[in-house]
Amino acid sequence: MAEPPDPTDLRRSATFPPETIAEIQRAASEGLYEIRGWGAKRRVPTFDDLLLLGASLSRYPLEGYRERCDTNVTLGTRYAKQPIELEIPVTIAGMSFGSLSANAKEALGLAATEMGTSTTTGDGGMTDEERVASKTLVYQVLPSRYGLNPDDLRRADAIEIVVGQGAKPGGGGMLLGLKVSDRVAEMRTLPPGIDQRSASRHPDWTGPDDLTIKIRELREITDWQKPIYVKMAATRVQYDVQLAVKAGADVIVLDGMQGGTGATQDIFIEHVGIPTLPAVRVAADTLQELGMHRKVQLVVSGGIRSGADVAKALALGADAVSIGVAALIALNCNRPLYLEDYAALGTAPGYCHHCQTGRCPVGVTTQDPELEARLEPEAAARRVRNYLSTLVLEAQTLGRACGKSHLLNLEPEDLVALTPEAAAMARVPLAGTNWIPGLGASD
Amino acid sequence: MITVDLNRVDIRELNQRLHDLNGDDGRAPWRIVGPDGRHSIAVGLNAPLTVVVEGHVGYYCAGMNQHADVTVNGHAGPGLAENMMSGTVRVTGNASQGAGASAHGGLLVIEGDASSRCGISLKGGDIVVGGSVGHMSAFMAQAGRLVVCGDAGAGLGDSIYEAELYVAGSVGGLGADCVEKDMTDDHRRRLAELLCRAGIDADAGSFRRYGSARTLYNFHVDHAGAY
Repeated sequence: MAEPPDPTDLRRSATFPPETIAEIQRAASEGLYEIRGWGAKRRVPTFDDLLLLGASLSRYPLEGYRERCDTNVTLGTRYAKQPIELEIPVTIAGMSFGSLSANAKEALGLAATEMGTSTTTGDGGMTDEERVASKTLVYQVLPSRYGLNPDDLRRADAIEIVVGQGAKPGGGGMLLGLKVSDRVAEMRTLPPGIDQRSASRHPDWTGPDDLTIKIRELREITDWQKPIYVKMAATRVQYDVQLAVKAGADVIVLDGMQGGTGATQDIFIEHVGIPTLPAVRVAADTLQELGMHRKVQLVVSGGIRSGADVAKALALGADAVSIGVAALIALNCNRPLYLEDYAALGTAPGYCHHCQTGRCPVGVTTQDPELEARLEPEAAARRVRNYLSTLVLEAQTLGRACGKSHLLNLEPEDLVALTPEAAAMARVPLAGTNWIPGLGASD
Repeated sequence: MITVDLNRVDIRELNQRLHDLNGDDGRAPWRIVGPDGRHSIAVGLNAPLTVVVEGHVGYYCAGMNQHADVTVNGHAGPGLAENMMSGTVRVTGNASQGAGASAHGGLLVIEGDASSRCGISLKGGDIVVGGSVGHMSAFMAQAGRLVVCGDAGAGLGDSIYEAELYVAGSVGGLGADCVEKDMTDDHRRRLAELLCRAGIDADAGSFRRYGSARTLYNFHVDHAGAY
């Protein structure tokens, strides 16, 4: 038997690296696009490419342990009689029961409640466990309308019309058969075990003029009590924000391309939409041009991981951020437990994006009772609570360092960029210069 | 009889007065005049009310209806009775696109024609159309029945799940995974009962039945062209 070659003698193709070869051969074998969970894995400009300018002589900081840096935010002040009052500017993004286990949904609700923030339903409707666990629950109205009913609309605290999500702008929902359990199937009025497909457009409205009328219908049904959010994937952000404001949205939720999914075509996840970093700045600038900044609140999501990300997103003009994948990681997603089950999926902790299989080793994205039992709601909720608390403490630390008595007082002037790309996207100067690519130098 | 003139009372006040009866069994029938194509008339009702609208309505009339009987003596705009849960909605004229979209229950009767996407994402309940329906009706319909006494446009029942479709006239074309199915005596009997309940005079024996071939229920390379 010949000796394996010395790796240094092998020449890797930049066009056809081993992973591309493997994907072509997988496609040749299966004849179907790759479907997976999570968000974009490719490198894109992120909040890591920005830095905050702490105080010195020209600004003075707040005392870390004595002076307040408040974190509360109110969403839905434009038209709703009962706006949402949140104690922290970090919410839990919409993720369905079906994609997630009931235990995971309950844990997220418990954690959000303890931290004074909101959680969100998903494609498939509202479960009683989630409603009970969540003091503030946002109810999604999606193209599929699975499980949508007026009783849940009335018992929600806010309504989120989902136009799109960052992982698949222009695409519909997907839930593979292994996760369409009897309960999930019943909630969605589907046969158990089928690969569930969802429409990409709403069944009863098309375009912004219709959306205006749809929003008014939902307001009428709920007697103008509930804030109405419009969630969109980050693509043509300027126009979409203008249209959402014109349509009467109370809150705009903008999901960058790093935003996660339970199951979508990989080609969609990696190649459609724009990153969260440019999206938030364009959205905030558009709201300011319309005179609607802080009147229509902006919630951004897609790849938020740390208090630094929170602070930078708020500095660029967001009113709050929303987390999905990071919250799942706090639950235990990708934790090195049950290693043999990761191996059975052909993956390993730290790399797993196999939510679509329903075989989540840690019980987060599964409908298998045995796997779900691995996630104990109370303990999982505590982990998410701790994580949310850390995010807020980190953001407050940065806020005080910038001399801000409220996180919403952070502003673009507090930021510089590490790369010309990030400087252009965030419209803040390249560090050490006064150069903002695309805008020219300022005096 | 309580009469509300929408030239004097706005939609918000009308709906609030109707909602104040939600969960109640308000007995007096309501008569709404002057609709003039206004949107969101009588949406979100949740009581066994009788509501008659004299004239044409705009978008979403009787949206998400529960328990109420709503009659429109005129034509209806898009999204008529969208996501209705129970009760009865009747339109004596024609209905625009998306009538009965994602309805979960109840009975929707359109005595005239319905435009495109009638019964789209239907999740239960029954829709009976006295005339014809436009293209892509019953798209992704999951459960319930759509009965068309006239003709159906192209793409009928595209990507259908378990809904039942009955058409008396011609079909402009079946959508992906929608096929004609046997019409048994039991189907004819149940259809006749539904037509009677809808007050539509049609011979159940003249209908053909359509439903899902169930070939798209699980992804398979051989069906890639249908996605």
